[in-house]
Amino acid sequence: MTALQILLWVALPYVAMAVFVVGHIWRYRYDKFGWTTRSSQLYENRLLRLGSPLFHFGILFVVLGHIGGVLIPKSWTEAAGISESVYHALAVTLGVIAGAMTLAGAAILVYRRRTVGPVFSATTRNDKAMYVLLVGTIVLGLGTTVLGNLTDHPHDYRETVSPWFRSIFYFQPKPELMAQAPLGFQLHVLSAWALAAFWPFSRLVHVFSAPVGYLTRPYIVYRSRDAHLGTRSPQRGWERTT
Amino acid sequence: MRVMAQMAMVMNLDKCIGCHTCSVTCKQTWTNRSGVEYVWFNNVETRPGQGYPRTYEDQERWLGGWTRTRRGRLTLRSGGRLRKLLTIFSNPKLPSIQDYYEPWTYDYDILTTAPLQEHTPVARPRSLITGEHTKIEWSANWDDNLAGAPELATRDPLIKGIEDKVRFEFEQTFMFYLPRICEHCLNPSCAASCPSGAIYKRTEDGIVLVDQDRCRGWRMCVSGCPYKKVYFNHRTGKAEKCTFCFPRVEVGLPTVCAETCVGRLRYIGLVLYDADKVLAAASVAEEHDLLEAQRQVFLDPQDPDVVRAAEQTGIPRDWIEAAQRSPIHALINTYRVALPLHPEYRTMPMVWYIPPLSPVVDVIRDTGHDAEDHGNLFAAIDALRIPVEYLARLFTAGDPEPVNSVLRKLAAMRSYMRDINLGREPREEIAAGAGMTGEQVYDMYRLLALAKYEDRYVIPPAHAEQAHGLEELATECSLDYDGGPGMGGSGPFGESSGGVSPIAVENFRMLRDRQSSDTMAAPDEKAHRVNLLNWDGKGRPEGLFPPRRQP
Ligand code: SF4
Ligand code: SF4
Repeated sequence: MTALQILLWVALPYVAMAVFVVGHIWRYRYDKFGWTTRSSQLYENRLLRLGSPLFHFGILFVVLGHIGGVLIPKSWTEAAGISESVYHALAVTLGVIAGAMTLAGAAILVYRRRTVGPVFSATTRNDKAMYVLLVGTIVLGLGTTVLGNLTDHPHDYRETVSPWFRSIFYFQPKPELMAQAPLGFQLHVLSAWALAAFWPFSRLVHVFSAPVGYLTRPYIVYRSRDAHLGTRSPQRGWERTT
Repeated sequence: MRVMAQMAMVMNLDKCIGCHTCSVTCKQTWTNRSGVEYVWFNNVETRPGQGYPRTYEDQERWLGGWTRTRRGRLTLRSGGRLRKLLTIFSNPKLPSIQDYYEPWTYDYDILTTAPLQEHTPVARPRSLITGEHTKIEWSANWDDNLAGAPELATRDPLIKGIEDKVRFEFEQTFMFYLPRICEHCLNPSCAASCPSGAIYKRTEDGIVLVDQDRCRGWRMCVSGCPYKKVYFNHRTGKAEKCTFCFPRVEVGLPTVCAETCVGRLRYIGLVLYDADKVLAAASVAEEHDLLEAQRQVFLDPQDPDVVRAAEQTGIPRDWIEAAQRSPIHALINTYRVALPLHPEYRTMPMVWYIPPLSPVVDVIRDTGHDAEDHGNLFAAIDALRIPVEYLARLFTAGDPEPVNSVLRKLAAMRSYMRDINLGREPREEIAAGAGMTGEQVYDMYRLLALAKYEDRYVIPPAHAEQAHGLEELATECSLDYDGGPGMGGSGPFGESSGGVSPIAVENFRMLRDRQSSDTMAAPDEKAHRVNLLNWDGKGRPEGLFPPRRQP
């Protein structure tokens, strides 16, 4: 095992994960006000109406697919009676459909960002970096899947990438597994870590405010006035006592 | 019975002169920032007209507010919770910036930097959205005073079906102004539409607010509000709405729009209501019954049972007393002249209106008859279908009866008071014609025509002891708050990030003292810091300039 392998497949993942977690905590504490989707629908709706649902639903399926392929060990699906060939056929078809949806949606959205004046001028440098990382990761992932299947022997990532990924979380990393994976997978994974490290500082944080609580909460929210009047917190010693 | 208090407003439309002072002062106070250039928490529309944003009242198109299902339950018109979440990536009913208008500025610097030339330099308009030169085609008041009427005003959603009867020829049409703020509804559909639960109704005074730290920019409130009174800040990506000037109201001052209203037509006060009855009242089957159902939700603050129940739920004594003196309660339930705006949206709006008699008066005067004679007025109210029908579509879900009754009261007041002003014997039968007694008419007249500042605005301060504390402490630096100083700056993630600017920079009670004091000099009480944000130009308060250097 070379130092480079350790760096790429052990050190980098841990660093990225640490940045991801600490970054989110820090951002949430420092910048709740900036925690938003920053929607640009007000400026333009025709393209967004098409691109945004396509992208978002696509990427939700992609996430589900990754949970199925990466987090669930091969032995479990086999125990459930799903043979490798069945799994593979399913994963590739669904994966390509979801990936294509995502990519098409992203393409529409990027085109929209670039061509619609108001949307373009509302795009920050931060957004651009995020787009590069996000679209890059998607393209690498989808490309690897498609190219791998065009050749006759698609790589079984559930023997390499998936166990390596899980091993990181048991704190017994197995970089040698990842080192065996084809270059496409390696690049996809590297780009994904970079995206994860950038995540808390981008508008992608809105993923973590997916409002699932809406389904169960009462329609009207009542809240008491803040303990202090106005917008300033009371001075020390002047807080309300009752 | 679960008693709750609500801060509410009534506007007397007969007195509105359409000067837009309220809109401008509100804008200066709350929305003179980038990202909210197109946002008017308070706007004044000419009716008939399309309103702001254009045709917002056409709920078949915008799907705002609530509807009643066949089984008698209320649902959001634009669909239930699951549907909201599924359309979250692209809200199908969000108005576009063109439905409001594209805000603009002018190339002012051209005026001073242009080289010497034959023609006067011209400051061309520039869009604040794209930054490009633009052609101004619409604004918040493009159709003010029926401008462009035959073409534009006919698109008013309320005249659907009576287009042929509403004439837009000069001298044949009618017109009035409708100032609008957020209704601070008892059953707010904006709050119900918010996936993050960021919009809340304050338990103490019922003011509906957006928690800026919780809003995630899902935009569902914008389409959920049938009055389109939640706006999307396109720079920060957060929803913003009228706040009922809560920092002012908390210290007992009226909202900015009310304070500056030229016609003095706004009333602010408390109403007590039964929170347990709200849902049932909002879901009555017949739209025409909604008005009465809403009136029934209010409680009589004089009733000892109500007072006891209010005290039990922790409403402070001075609040109950304020509710007893409330002009709102008097106008809605005692004189029954105030009506809600579009009760059929079923959000239970809490800004009510006294419909204008002027369209009727104008017609009589134009035909050369005595427009102050009660006989003429009563007859005209009955005969003039169109203004009444139009007002009914605005205020009573189309039921002309309550509008008729209010207009008759206003007409009776007009004639009855003329007799008194001319020194003639007041005629009880005029009052009786509107179902009132002469004394009631006189009291109503006092409230509508003479009411002083203290009678129009009966606002109990939030917590007297705390408000006083604020006053004493106003000597601190106003940037001295959590995470400050954040004014005007922006954090590392662009415009939206970083700390929030404080909205109440100074304490307002001091301002009131200054406004009502006769002296031009600075009040010489406790030392206080000068704050230019609320310095009213009077005198030269200490601390405004650095101390003179001693020679
Ligand atoms: S009028 Fe105000 S409180 Fe009512 S639904 Fe609209 S924004 Fe909400
Ligand atoms: S300031 Fe008063 S009179 Fe003028 S437009 Fe506003 S509500 Fe009407």
